[in-house]
Amino acid sequence: MRYLPLTQPDRAAMLTVIGANSVDDLFVDVPEAARLDGPIHGLPMHASEMAVERHMTALSRKNIAASDGPFFLGCGAYKHHVPASVDHLIQRGEFLTAYTPYQPEIAQGTLQMLFEFQTQVARLLGTDVANASMYDGSTACWEAIGMARRVTKRGRAILSSGLHPHYVSVAKTMAKFTGDVLETSAPTLAAETDIDALIAAIDDTTSCVVVQYPDILGRIADLRPLADACHAKKALLIAVVTEPVAMGAIVSPGEMDADIVVGEGQSLGVGLQFGGPYVGLFGCKEKYVRQMPGRLCGETVDADGRRGFVLTLSTREQHIRREKATSNICTNSGLCALAFSIHMTLLGEAGLRRLAGINHAGAVHAARRLAEIPGVELVNDLFFNEFTLKLPTEARPIVRQLADRGILAGVSLGRLYPGVDALANGLVVAVTETTSADDVEALATALQEILA
Amino acid sequence: MSINQSGWRPTAPEAREGNVPASVTGNKALMLEEALIFEIGDAKTTGVDFAEGDVAHDMLGDLTRKAPIGLPGLSEPETVRHYTRLSRQNYGIDLGFFPLGSCTMKHNPRLNEKMARLPGFSDVHPLQPVDTVQGALEVIHQLAHWLVTLTGMTSVAMSPKAGAHGELCGILAIRAALEAKGEGHRKVILVPESAHGTNPATAAFAGYSVEDIPATAEGRVDTAALKARLGPDVAGVMITNPNTCGLFERDMREISDAVHAAGGFVYCDGANFNAIVGRVRPGDLGIDAMHINLHKTFSTPHGGGGPGSGPVVFSEALTPFAPLPFVEKQGDRFELIEEETAGEHHAGSFGRMVAFHGQMGMFTRALTYILSHGADGLRQVAEDAVLNANYILRSLDSTLDAPFGPSGPCMHEALFSDAGLAEGFSTIDVAKGLIDEGYHPMTMYFPLVVHGAMLVEPTETESKAALDQFIAALRSVAERAKAGDPALKTAPHFAPRSRLDETLAARKPVLVWKDPAPLAEAAE
Repeated sequence: MRYLPLTQPDRAAMLTVIGANSVDDLFVDVPEAARLDGPIHGLPMHASEMAVERHMTALSRKNIAASDGPFFLGCGAYKHHVPASVDHLIQRGEFLTAYTPYQPEIAQGTLQMLFEFQTQVARLLGTDVANASMYDGSTACWEAIGMARRVTKRGRAILSSGLHPHYVSVAKTMAKFTGDVLETSAPTLAAETDIDALIAAIDDTTSCVVVQYPDILGRIADLRPLADACHAKKALLIAVVTEPVAMGAIVSPGEMDADIVVGEGQSLGVGLQFGGPYVGLFGCKEKYVRQMPGRLCGETVDADGRRGFVLTLSTREQHIRREKATSNICTNSGLCALAFSIHMTLLGEAGLRRLAGINHAGAVHAARRLAEIPGVELVNDLFFNEFTLKLPTEARPIVRQLADRGILAGVSLGRLYPGVDALANGLVVAVTETTSADDVEALATALQEILA
Repeated sequence: MSINQSGWRPTAPEAREGNVPASVTGNKALMLEEALIFEIGDAKTTGVDFAEGDVAHDMLGDLTRKAPIGLPGLSEPETVRHYTRLSRQNYGIDLGFFPLGSCTMKHNPRLNEKMARLPGFSDVHPLQPVDTVQGALEVIHQLAHWLVTLTGMTSVAMSPKAGAHGELCGILAIRAALEAKGEGHRKVILVPESAHGTNPATAAFAGYSVEDIPATAEGRVDTAALKARLGPDVAGVMITNPNTCGLFERDMREISDAVHAAGGFVYCDGANFNAIVGRVRPGDLGIDAMHINLHKTFSTPHGGGGPGSGPVVFSEALTPFAPLPFVEKQGDRFELIEEETAGEHHAGSFGRMVAFHGQMGMFTRALTYILSHGADGLRQVAEDAVLNANYILRSLDSTLDAPFGPSGPCMHEALFSDAGLAEGFSTIDVAKGLIDEGYHPMTMYFPLVVHGAMLVEPTETESKAALDQFIAALRSVAERAKAGDPALKTAPHFAPRSRLDETLAARKPVLVWKDPAPLAEAAE
């Protein structure tokens, strides 16, 4: 077996040193009834690199890839171009095959990268500080709600109807066990967000309001009045960003005084990957840093006075505090954080703003073109690179028919909100720098034909 | 002298000591210092070219960004150099032996990386119509089949994002099952002292109070104490097997039966499944739920701290409560069972733990690894991992104190203590000494049941020659620690940094870069 370097003579010599007759002697503590005497029946035996490659490639070809044709899906995962150097750099063995940096003297590469990542994320989200990443946006969102409970010592969270329904589902699952009370609702197909309703719902028992920006329908709204309303009642405002590229074009939630800003960082560096692994972003105001979940990297000096970085404030964490930890999280999403950070460094501020501008311009063009189709309405007044169309009929079967024509048209709200009839005609369309004018035209033509 | 055939003699080391000036750059030949991107980049530079075109901001209302963000950019060559230099300040398995106990740092085959990057896997959106992602669902289904078969369990939840997330998945299923039986009043989870910190943190998060179960003198769970604690308030136990002392829990079946008889469930922390894969099926030991760290047993890369992946296998009793979503084969077609389609058939599910469907990129890597090894190779993985650990244990137990050495063979990791080191010397000094010898240290001060624990996990991907060299190095460092060599107290001496001031970092946290004040201000 190509990954196992021990030879039979090695094994024999080692057993002699150990004082065992056979390797079976080393498993003597396994109760006899549970010992397997050979390879498990019914599973294939080892295979060559070529054979495995053939098997996996055949499976991969049963999928339609985003780049195979016109592609307009978003809703929490976006197709962006990732520069080739990103994937090259994250595959350097010193990054790829390193562990969590518990031995900082020989992990400064990962640690300095995390410090840079934390700073990039904090600046992007407009927060004072950010952590070294979470699993993904949905789990970061839940962790933020838990953090708001610890900070405010209240357990009633108000979730905007514009929050991604999967994020709501995750929060609902967790709240069942923690006893948090969540107020949730489904969005309406209107240009207005639910900010006024959220403001009206805040009271002295509210721990936090959770609002997505841009929201699940692609809408954007000024968060400042909501932040003020939260703070007037000593509640926290949590903002969720699932498309970080948007921050290149619009004011960030932190700049609008959100207390905690979490996000899904997949757009930068990570790729679609059928939903994971992704990278959760988590930033907050400095005064709440000791209630933050997850790893934090901090600057310090070594014994010779040289700048260096370490994991810090670990008294919040499970390996020190055990049952009193702020979260049970251990592994984060280090390599995806690296990919995010490299992509962000390649872009820089100028590149990010240019990228965001291209995304927005493409989306505006697509929205106008698609809204010309008879019976199709654009729901949004404002949006970044994703908008919602109201079709004259249920969107879900239309998406399937367009897929048969090789066009991945967007996410039907029927898929995300099954059973909510008022949303069934909604189609969320995302446009990025990878979308060409021809792609938009192909979608518009096909959609018009199907609807006719 | 056999290497140098030219007759040229290297300068004797003593002649070079003393008057070598420090370099003006701070670099030491191949050891290159690298500044932060905030010090070398600027907001105008970008390493990405974009097409020309219209970038009007006309549907953003009053929210159009005007203020700068403060993100420095670098050109592509500068970017590649920055991260390449940073990478060289890291230790990784590709560079050398990484015996970090409980973390399972084994070789990461590059075929896994190549397969994960096939566009049909890497460039697929999670919300595409199910017809367009049949291959992705089949990967999940095939991997699930392997995991269920290797563990002898009934079902598997694939969505948990990492081991600790898997623990939470298992405990939430237990709680859902108890509540369904009207036993929601059970509020205690028993956890052995030697458990990973995630276990008590997970149980507490799920609303349970945690009680410690002591270990016996031989390093295993005190079965009698555990049985004595069982009762109508106990929801279940969380046991790591093989345990964090590197020992197989001999009484596991007996413990499971007792917990079940008392109305509780058994959670097994599967972090150490790599020691028994193909030799033992946890299902045969009465386990109800166990997470599997794909990055430990099945070689997906650790990436400097993730991403992980923590599928959870379930017994028949817990299967109805497993989280959404999951993949089901219906005829020739693979269906994604989500909230919409869960219906009556899966109505007991405790809900969703993540957006989308789990760590697909890790599934493709793990399946590639599993298919490469096959049923026979995976069994050999466990055998070689255990053989390597026992070889280290017996090669060093005369040098270092092995508190559970007399308990018999270990499994995949060898545990030593700091007993016998000179006054004032501890495990950290041994660890830092190993860095100078070119090794990543073993796990330090864990498990907590052993004073100054040193947990050495060699994995199956090390050769005997590599082990012999490590054994010689650790023996040498241990002897120095026993003799009280003061040079160890300031080790490492040859690493990119000497010991870092962690107290300073925690007392005055600097978590983000702050641009230094302009010189004029600083001068005031």
